[in-house]
Amino acid sequence: MNFDYSDDHIMIRNMVRDFAEEVCGPGAEERDEKEEFAYDIWKKCGELGLAGITFPEEYGGIGADYMSYSIAIEELSKVDASVGVTISAHSSLCANPIYMFGTEEQKQKYLVPLATGEKMGAFGLTEAMAGSDASGTRTTAVRDGDEYVINGTKCFITNGYYGDIYVITAQMDKSKGNRGIAAFILEKGTPGFTFGKKEKKMGIRSSATYELAFENVRIPAENLLGQEGQGFKIAMATLDYGRIGIASQALGIAQGAYEAALKYSKERVQFGMSLSQMPVIQFKLADMALEIEAARLLIYQACDLATQHKPVSKHAAMAKVFAAEVANKVTKEAVQVLGGYGYTRDYPVERMMRDAKITEIYEGTSEIQRVVIAANILKD
Amino acid sequence: MNIVVCLKQTFDTEAKIVLDSTGKIDSAGVNLVINTYDEFAVEEALKLKEKFGGEVTIVSMGGDRVQEAIRTALAMGADQAVLVNDPSIAYADEAAIADILAKAVATIPYDIILTGRMAVDDGSSQVGVRLAEALDIPSVSSILKLDVEDSKATATREIDGGTEIIETTLPAVFTAQKGLNEPRYPSMMGIMKAKKKEIKVLTLADLGTSAADMAAKMNAPKFSLPSARKAGIKIAGEEAADKAKELARLLREEAKVI
Repeated sequence: MNFDYSDDHIMIRNMVRDFAEEVCGPGAEERDEKEEFAYDIWKKCGELGLAGITFPEEYGGIGADYMSYSIAIEELSKVDASVGVTISAHSSLCANPIYMFGTEEQKQKYLVPLATGEKMGAFGLTEAMAGSDASGTRTTAVRDGDEYVINGTKCFITNGYYGDIYVITAQMDKSKGNRGIAAFILEKGTPGFTFGKKEKKMGIRSSATYELAFENVRIPAENLLGQEGQGFKIAMATLDYGRIGIASQALGIAQGAYEAALKYSKERVQFGMSLSQMPVIQFKLADMALEIEAARLLIYQACDLATQHKPVSKHAAMAKVFAAEVANKVTKEAVQVLGGYGYTRDYPVERMMRDAKITEIYEGTSEIQRVVIAANILKD
Repeated sequence: MNIVVCLKQTFDTEAKIVLDSTGKIDSAGVNLVINTYDEFAVEEALKLKEKFGGEVTIVSMGGDRVQEAIRTALAMGADQAVLVNDPSIAYADEAAIADILAKAVATIPYDIILTGRMAVDDGSSQVGVRLAEALDIPSVSSILKLDVEDSKATATREIDGGTEIIETTLPAVFTAQKGLNEPRYPSMMGIMKAKKKEIKVLTLADLGTSAADMAAKMNAPKFSLPSARKAGIKIAGEEAADKAKELARLLREEAKVI
């Protein structure tokens, strides 16, 4: 067990940190206020190679390990959690299932442009009746000659509208429940595929979250991802890896809030001393630092397993639920340390607190993470 | 085109300066970076390579930690590096540094040499021009723009209150001023490829010289931190005219500047 960062990890952290501070930082507050997606920042991320960090070079990726990916998402999210999730959803939820389950043709056609950042990806699993319970999927797919016909709607889709390539799930045989679900690759612009409302959210307001609508959308049979009936398994495997991305986002949010609180505590003077000289505040900061450190280590353990292609389900779930809960605790406490000023939009901590909440919900609620962990520990 | 960039590793400008027990600057735990002005030089070198083809070689000197700065430049797109690493150069002065760099640069082909106009730590602003003198080639310092055509270069140089345009033959040394360009971020691919690029490490002996030959003509016996800033004074007075009078009095009698 080596607890050192490699030289590459240090260089990656420095580069993404600089990029986040200089490019993502200045407009973050305004984008949050206006709920504006920064397409130009996404493009720059692609140019820097941040869209395909874990994919092999032969598919247009960087061929780096999961820790490199985690570091990149963390540093982006520290400054703007919306940018962090844009990259995470694109890589883990769209490009990765194609990498894991796609045919060689599908990888060449879809994975390569996703990995290079030429195209943006999204994942359409969630529906009004299918949140934690995927068997509630009502979107249908019917085989018709050498095509599939898709009908239905998806909601809360990150990178919707701007995304070019979508991995979606659809029910092909309701009598089979989860085993009737299939996954498909769908391109923006396919006739019948439109976008519904843009969600008005509490946080990650500059992340693009949209409804998807499918009305007799015809796609070639070659766009089936994996096998018919394999869709649920594909979705679950996809979410396992995606949880590392979200855990990293939560870690970044927590780290950003903690650093803001630490800095403020040294500057703010009340009762003739800086807040950082008061034991009450020192304990708050100590708890933040220690919980962040614990989350970090859990994430890096999951990264190590993922990089080695070892089973990662339990550790990814642990990392995600822990990091998300830490992010919520730390951001709330950071607002508290900044007091009245922390409650205003002049300081970034209120945005971080609003951003943190979603990490306990998407890519599997904290309750579902515990279901996954329990299932794993009880089968051992 | 053979493009050489001389780069120095310095403290991050936001780092806190601490003196150790012997009164020297302590670099333990400090974040070290490529000297800001050398970053402009690296970027300009990469732009020349993109335009003319060829290679960019980084030349630097210092201890093992300098490799971090060199790797970052390699990650930005430079091709290889030469590092002079010898314990005796730790306290070399600007003349010795320039001589050592000149000897290191002379081991490789060069058409153009770029470096920053100044190091942000000691602020001497000497080494680039001294290097040109040691190599017996022209130098243009503090450039804001550089155009190269065949074996001729036209540089726009920042001077007091304006700019001047200087034409010179190549090879020559150009020192970069802020505004020359916007240094690129190393890409992820660049970072992954950097570790495969060669950093040739040389000692003074490899350069055919020794510590004795490079003895500093100037040395800094003592460092001290600046004295703590005193609180400002609020000028007393009812009207602006009164305050101006009081300010004039203070400037004359206390600050003694007028």
